[in-house]
Amino acid sequence: MSYYHIEEEENELLAKVEEISGEIVTLCEQCGICTTSCPMADEMDFTPAGIMHAVKIGDKAVLDSKAIWICASCFTCTVRCPRGIDLAKVTEALRQIHLRKNKDHINLEEVKEEELEEDLPPIAIVSALRKFTG
Amino acid sequence: MKLSMANLIKVKIIMGVNMTRIGVYVCHCGGNISDTVDVEEVAQFASKLPDVVVVRSISHMCSESGQKAIIDDVREYKLDRVVVAACSPQFQGSTFEKALVKAGLNPSMVEMANIREQSAWPHYETPEEATEKAKVLTAMAVERIRRTKPVEREAIKIGKNVLVIGGGIAGIQASLDLANAGFNVFLVEEKPSIGGHMAQLSRTFPTEDCASCILSPKMADVADHPNIHLLTYTEILDISGSVGNFKVRLKQKPRYVDPSKCTACGECEKVCPVSVPDEFNLGMTKRKAIYLPSPTAVPHAHVIDENACLGIVPLRCGLCEQACEANAINYDDTPKYINLDIDTIIVATGFEIFDASKKPQYGYGRFQNVITALELERLIVEAAEGHFIRPIGKDIAFIQCVGSRDKQVGNLYCSRICCMYATKLASLLKRADPSRDVYIFYTDLRAYGKGFEEYYRRAQELGVKFIRGRPGELQEDPETKKVIVRVEDTLTRKIIEKKFDLVVLSVGLVPSKGTLKIAEMLKLPRSSDGFLKEAHPKFRPVDTPIEGVFVAGTAQGPKDIPDTVAQASAAAARAMAIMNRGELELSPIKAIVYEEKCDGCGECIEACPVDAIKLNGKARINAAICKGCGACISSCPRDAIDLKIFSNDEIMAEIEAAVKNKKEGEHRILIFADDMCTYTLADGVGTSKMKYPSDTFIIRVPSSSRITPKMMIKAFELGADAIFLGECEEAVSPYPGTLNVIKENVEKAREILKQAGISPERIQYDTFVTVMFPKFVKIANKLHEIAESEEISKEKRMRLREIEVVR
Repeated sequence: MSYYHIEEEENELLAKVEEISGEIVTLCEQCGICTTSCPMADEMDFTPAGIMHAVKIGDKAVLDSKAIWICASCFTCTVRCPRGIDLAKVTEALRQIHLRKNKDHINLEEVKEEELEEDLPPIAIVSALRKFTG
Repeated sequence: MKLSMANLIKVKIIMGVNMTRIGVYVCHCGGNISDTVDVEEVAQFASKLPDVVVVRSISHMCSESGQKAIIDDVREYKLDRVVVAACSPQFQGSTFEKALVKAGLNPSMVEMANIREQSAWPHYETPEEATEKAKVLTAMAVERIRRTKPVEREAIKIGKNVLVIGGGIAGIQASLDLANAGFNVFLVEEKPSIGGHMAQLSRTFPTEDCASCILSPKMADVADHPNIHLLTYTEILDISGSVGNFKVRLKQKPRYVDPSKCTACGECEKVCPVSVPDEFNLGMTKRKAIYLPSPTAVPHAHVIDENACLGIVPLRCGLCEQACEANAINYDDTPKYINLDIDTIIVATGFEIFDASKKPQYGYGRFQNVITALELERLIVEAAEGHFIRPIGKDIAFIQCVGSRDKQVGNLYCSRICCMYATKLASLLKRADPSRDVYIFYTDLRAYGKGFEEYYRRAQELGVKFIRGRPGELQEDPETKKVIVRVEDTLTRKIIEKKFDLVVLSVGLVPSKGTLKIAEMLKLPRSSDGFLKEAHPKFRPVDTPIEGVFVAGTAQGPKDIPDTVAQASAAAARAMAIMNRGELELSPIKAIVYEEKCDGCGECIEACPVDAIKLNGKARINAAICKGCGACISSCPRDAIDLKIFSNDEIMAEIEAAVKNKKEGEHRILIFADDMCTYTLADGVGTSKMKYPSDTFIIRVPSSSRITPKMMIKAFELGADAIFLGECEEAVSPYPGTLNVIKENVEKAREILKQAGISPERIQYDTFVTVMFPKFVKIANKLHEIAESEEISKEKRMRLREIEVVR
């Protein structure tokens, strides 16, 4: 059994996400409505409710999750959240934390056509390019 | 008794009988005051104030000997007014009012200077400042009492007629309590039978009593009680007037069946050719156009649904009349209009269930196997009687919080009963057939009531599965019509998927249409959840802000049956407390119109938040409705309105005394504090010995809306450096709607300050509840900073005099 020890610095993630998204993540009551509203939840390593929970306790593993890139920003979670939290903004904030590091994960010229057609999520390409457009 | 000379500071002999003669009493409070404030110095100071005849400093003013000193002095020195410099008037005000009555004076002729909560305690670290402030506070009280006029307490006659609106369990309980106590009850119900929602329920949690079995004897008691006039199938057209004198107009719809003849034999139903959905079973079954509203209906008689009947106009059918052996049917029945004179009103208009089709993702109305919990109640009752309306199945899911705690539908509140009714229904289903697989999908399970936790445990023992997580949406298997539930088990982060024969939506409670209608008619405020607002959430939970109108049951907010019954009995007791005395003494804090000044323009009518002003050539104030907030005062262009207590003269005298005693380099920050919240809060800050600048002077008012722009500007002209208006937060305010008046008045006054070249920042306002200690201190500090930052020049203050202040 692993346990998660919450250090003072872990609250930085919560503060940062709340600052970027403008949403109050601690409002989340963990009802899970977002998860079963999400068309991509089955593909995710963190469920949408799980993402919210991870941010709340400052679990930085969520930053390395695939889930935040799988999110298609369809906003179904946002329109159904009974607490009125804009989850799409929270997920976007997690992506922004990556993007603001200005690190290139994709060199467009090196992306092969087959890769584009197969398993590269479109959101990843959009995100990779977005930092140049401000 | 011989007066003790030890504590006597001064006796001044003034001849003549019509002079104002004031006694000032400075209290040590056993050290609470005298450890910080130099009480003798305050007393010496007071002895030089105008019209002061006697001054004493006494260890405990509130003690019997302290009170006796006042009573004896009033007699000996012919005092006509008294100032007690001691603690908060909220704490001991009534003690000294009673002492004055004993001494033969009008109780309004005493004023307290709050030198404990407002000086000795918050300024305990700076005793000299505390003493200076105590002197000014005493001077303010003396100046104020000099302007006070005796106010006769008005009382109105009140009879024993009470109107109970709504015949659910709340209205039934309140009616029976009142009727048993000997009052005349008029119980009005819009439906053809009383009983309300409780009559529809299967069993009650957590005891699993059969709901209609415990309810129907009470319904029968209502019908039989000589003191209850039961008016079913009746709507309220209009209510006017005020406590002791409500005029109520009612319309009783035609039943077309004489309830005194009808034996409810049911022969008419057999021949009636028209079938329509049965409301009692929520439309799941049919009833005839002539029908018995429910098996336990009271009055126990049939009624004809005039919208469904073929025969009423024109006479086309007539089959039921032929079948009725009792000759109870009368197609010529007409509506009856009834006028009542009523003394008090109990509003028990109940709830409606949330319309589940407003959550389309759950498919209610589209999927045949998605029903509401109330529908399941009816299915269970009917099944117990051998009527199987529809199959219930083996695999059953409950979804909690449908329409409650949901920002998307605008209902932020918890409906309080759904956790337990779902637990009850699940237990009943499981007990009836243990092979059933019953799930409850919840987020927070609230088993807060007596016996609830134990009941929750019993359901778990029975094998009901509580899963923490609510589904985002439901799907229907197109072939089997089973409902597919996908839900995240938030405890394991696994997504569960299962097919169910039946999904039950645990719908929340919303205010009924009747509640909304009566609220509008009586001008009853509603809280943010839409339910009726009580006069005070803690201490007046069944009173409404309208005198003589009480609230019981779910009209006030979601609650279960025991809470509803308790509240109904409480409302009945509150109504009795008024009616039993035969007269009601009105609070002396009331608005008053100076008729010679009033020109009947009517502007005050709109300013009044409770509709207490009517125009009859001149403005007339209904003292039974007026709550004495003073919001009307600033609306009058001719200064024709005032309050009887907290009058313009009294408040201005306090302001003048506060600024007149200002020394070189000192500042004056005036905080006008509404009695209910801001003043109580300031007392609390003092009691907690939290420090704030000692140049802050708190002036008690019923509501800050009574401070007009003119008063604010006058205060600056005389020497005030900053002004603050504090008011209750709307949610707890006894005067809802005054905040707009305050805002308007502050804006007007700020505009004038600007014209005179004074920063408008110097006037501020805000709302409080009584526990916002740090907020209060922060504001006092900020105002102090503003006052210190720049002196207002004499020229600027003089300029204010030249600007014409409208109102």
